[in-house]
Amino acid sequence: MTQYTGRPLNRVDGVDKVTGKANYAAEFDVQGLLYGYIVNSTITKGKIRQIHTDDARRVEGIVSIFTHENRPKLAWFDLSYKDQDAPPGSPFRPLRDAQIQFNGQPIALVVAETFELARYAATLIRVDYEQETHQTDLQANRHKARKPAVGMATLFKPPPPDPRGNFEEAFRNAPVQVASEYVHGSEHHNPMELFASTVVYEKGRYKSGERYTIYDKTQGVTNSILYVSQVFNIPFKDIRVISPYVGGGFGSALRPQHQLFLAVLAARELKRSVRVTLTRQQMFTLGYRPATVQTVALGASSDGTMTAMYHDGVAVTSQFEDYTEVVTTWGGLLYPAEHVKFDQKIISLDVATPMDMRAPGGVTGVTALECAVDELAYKLGMDPLELRLRNYTERNMNNDLTYSSKELRECFRRGAERFGWAKRNPEPRSMRKEHTLVGWGMATGIWDAFHAPARAEAVLMVNGKLRVSSATADIGTGTYTIMTQIAADTLGIPMEDVLFKLGDTDLPVAPIAGGSWTAATVGSAVKAACEAVGEKLFKLARKLPNSPFAKVRFSDVLFAEKAIRLKKDPAIAIPLQTLIDANGGAAVRAISTSVPNLLKQRKYARNTHSAVFVEVEVDEDFGTVRVTRAVTSVAAGRILNPKTARSQIIGGMVWGISKALEEESVMDHQFGRIMNHSLAEYHVPVNADIHELDVIFVEEHDDIVNPLGVKGVGEIGIVGMPAAIANAVFHATGIRVRTLPITLDKLLTAATTEVSTS
Amino acid sequence: MNSFTYARASGITQAVVERSAKTDAAFIAGGTNLLDLMKENVARPTHLIDINHLPLTTITSIESGGLRLGALVTNADTAYHQQVTQRYPLLSQAILAGASAQLRNMATDGGNLMQRTRCYYFYDTATPCNKREPGSGCSAITGFNRIHAILGTYAQDQQVYCIATHPSDMCVALAALEAVVRVTGPDGDRTIPLAEFHRLPGDTPHLDNVLQDGELITAIDLPADGFPDHYAYLKLRDRSSYAFALVSVAAALDIQDGQIKDARIALGGVAHRPWRRPDLEATLTEKAPNKTVFQYVADAMLEGAQGFGHNTFKIELAKRAIVRALLQATNRPSAV
Repeated sequence: MTQYTGRPLNRVDGVDKVTGKANYAAEFDVQGLLYGYIVNSTITKGKIRQIHTDDARRVEGIVSIFTHENRPKLAWFDLSYKDQDAPPGSPFRPLRDAQIQFNGQPIALVVAETFELARYAATLIRVDYEQETHQTDLQANRHKARKPAVGMATLFKPPPPDPRGNFEEAFRNAPVQVASEYVHGSEHHNPMELFASTVVYEKGRYKSGERYTIYDKTQGVTNSILYVSQVFNIPFKDIRVISPYVGGGFGSALRPQHQLFLAVLAARELKRSVRVTLTRQQMFTLGYRPATVQTVALGASSDGTMTAMYHDGVAVTSQFEDYTEVVTTWGGLLYPAEHVKFDQKIISLDVATPMDMRAPGGVTGVTALECAVDELAYKLGMDPLELRLRNYTERNMNNDLTYSSKELRECFRRGAERFGWAKRNPEPRSMRKEHTLVGWGMATGIWDAFHAPARAEAVLMVNGKLRVSSATADIGTGTYTIMTQIAADTLGIPMEDVLFKLGDTDLPVAPIAGGSWTAATVGSAVKAACEAVGEKLFKLARKLPNSPFAKVRFSDVLFAEKAIRLKKDPAIAIPLQTLIDANGGAAVRAISTSVPNLLKQRKYARNTHSAVFVEVEVDEDFGTVRVTRAVTSVAAGRILNPKTARSQIIGGMVWGISKALEEESVMDHQFGRIMNHSLAEYHVPVNADIHELDVIFVEEHDDIVNPLGVKGVGEIGIVGMPAAIANAVFHATGIRVRTLPITLDKLLTAATTEVSTS
Repeated sequence: MNSFTYARASGITQAVVERSAKTDAAFIAGGTNLLDLMKENVARPTHLIDINHLPLTTITSIESGGLRLGALVTNADTAYHQQVTQRYPLLSQAILAGASAQLRNMATDGGNLMQRTRCYYFYDTATPCNKREPGSGCSAITGFNRIHAILGTYAQDQQVYCIATHPSDMCVALAALEAVVRVTGPDGDRTIPLAEFHRLPGDTPHLDNVLQDGELITAIDLPADGFPDHYAYLKLRDRSSYAFALVSVAAALDIQDGQIKDARIALGGVAHRPWRRPDLEATLTEKAPNKTVFQYVADAMLEGAQGFGHNTFKIELAKRAIVRALLQATNRPSAV
């Protein structure tokens, strides 16, 4: 039997998804369900003087209205509100008091017999505010930049390392220098599925009298149950969080959102089942990728050897939490400059707390860095690819560790070959078709290969089918499919006989699904659980009369085609069904915990890499940019499923196009309010924007990262894309736009300015 | 969305009578804009009159030699109608440049004329907006105005009350083609040239058009000449589809023996209504089509244009778009 892993297989949940059988958080219906609608603040900073709910209460069908005035007593300490992805600080608590900390802050929940009634009544609520002057503009507040606080989140997002060598001196002495500032605005995740929680309230069936079954949009049911239990002081045993399908997360569901808090609050007070769904407009009141201003300075000798590197970043956060991401240190992982200095600061403004968003920090920092490297290549008169090869490193210079595997060089080679990079004329504006300027650009991408502890259960059932489970999430990535593949291979059972379950707090615990670590983390746990079942089966096999396995070791057997077999001679086999019978006709079950081998891992740097090559066409008169083709070659360890992995990379590339050319949450600082809060005005690519996208996987054999040798592909697809596009735009036009997104007005204005000043 | 009553109109007269009887009533056809506005609490009709079953769903030839588009013909059916694609390809192209396939399948031709601005502030009841709430102020003038108007924004008192644009693509082509809007109202039938149908904001920006209370659009008449040989609809926007025009140009030329006999230029995305300057179009007649004369007209059309910061780029963009559209129209091979 051919192995399932490594093959481009269809999603096991694909049919359920396209036929509408897959249910999302707002689609679980129960009798007597009530609907909550959130009322958001329309000011940015200040206090609610009075909130008039009388008119709304008079509407027939309105059950209750919750505000800070009638909110029940809840957990007192900040710690209770800290979720698994909480940055240092004091988490936002809906309806806590009269204070307004950001525009769009939830200030009331209207609960009604229907969603429409709740929404209508919400429009009848009037609020008297005491407004204070707010600060929401990053550029206007740069003098307030400061070091972020350190906390639990710092473990995964360490601050920059100390400077090495003497950057100032090395930069001063470098014959070739570049130094520029790069800016991008805020971006909101905007998954297709709106945030929703359906809280099913039951009483009388349990000792405590109450039971909460919560269907939540989340990237981690464990995170949700911990939050609900702590905040509302409800014992674990009385809560179950279920989230079988998530219509896109991208990081936005890594933290419990307002609707979960409010739906549970209402259900608990009203002793009724309650659903709260956000509208698209309200999705812009949640976390986001923070606007960031970066400075990158590079110094090189005239042969292109990078000697000095400086990367500094200032990002927005809220007044109450120090959200920080790793933005400025990637240069130390990619280039072996001896004299480096990294700095990273934040500015507290009157805004919601930012959140992790696909390749958080990585795509932000690498975009600036890789644009700067391109600028350096032009200063040097050197091909941008050659410059990167000249400065190739086998070690992460920040921690001085060798990479567990790094096939970036091969990514460059194969990507360049597929793209035809060798034919590039380096001269800007050298390729033209009538009004259209054609440009070719490239960039490197990098992301972490994380691995975290997780648990999984495997049960070989009496009917010979295998049920495997772990409380992880499938946010559209293909988790269901690759876990099924891993389980099927480990125990030699056809995929159609394997059922993988996830997204349920009744299942063995797994961490939140983010950072590209789910394949490695949950995959290792699934493999371990299946192997544990395998060992039990082996023991059963040995005990059989005249067993051919009596004298062999576990390492001498394999599982294939529903049987345990001798590796030396697979024809010598015992069917699994026989072993179930030998088990007294009972299922064979095992729960395993997979823990990263830190002793082994800590000796190495562990990362995924990519090389991105992009062609753009820019209309010379209008500044409109089209990405006509792009090649991304990815080194991410072993690829479990080239089809779902390719989809992940393509999704990242599309988002890279979005980030480079279209996407930005625009705030009107007069109001401190995001104004383009709809999918009509918050632009992401449409099909017509997407042309040829090509993905190459350069496989790496890596037994250090984790037992599966996988590194994860969730983030790496986006990381290098925006810089490659910006660099291609420069090659096409001769114009460097250092503020993303590169919309036509920026190119038009830059072109006009250059013409008038030259 | 507030509570509302709903009734299906049984006939045109009955619909008009019913609408005239209730000041807070609204006609609903495709609903592609009205429903959004209701959900956002921007439109608050207490009574909806569904006109979808009125007999206004055909495209027919008329005596003038032109074409009559029933008000309830969908944008999609119009764009793909054989008479339209052959005789009025500019209109077809403009319609297909707008919205998305799904929206065009629902949206009607009459409704397209009635769609409201996409100004962010108009849609957000948390911010002041003179169009939504007369007298509350215009947030866009000092705010984020990248998509806003650069022409026709000043009222007679030299103040600016609103810098919203009309978002339609279809209407830009209709303006260039000099279509005529047919309406039925409590006082009978009348016709309104499309160029006069939408208003400039002046000091009453809450009024988008000149329709009187209770009037219903029944048809749009296209004149006989559809400029099928030399036309272009050029739409510049932030992505390739499903984005409103930053600037759009409907250009139509009648070229005979190397000379322009008639020229039409309408701009979208720059003003409260499709923007035309027939006086400047006239300067092109009897001229050979070339970049120089086009550039002259383009510069002249944008004379007096004023940006408000984020949208100032539109002035230069519009000039370039006009030139390009006229060149495209000139060079377009005759329709087969």
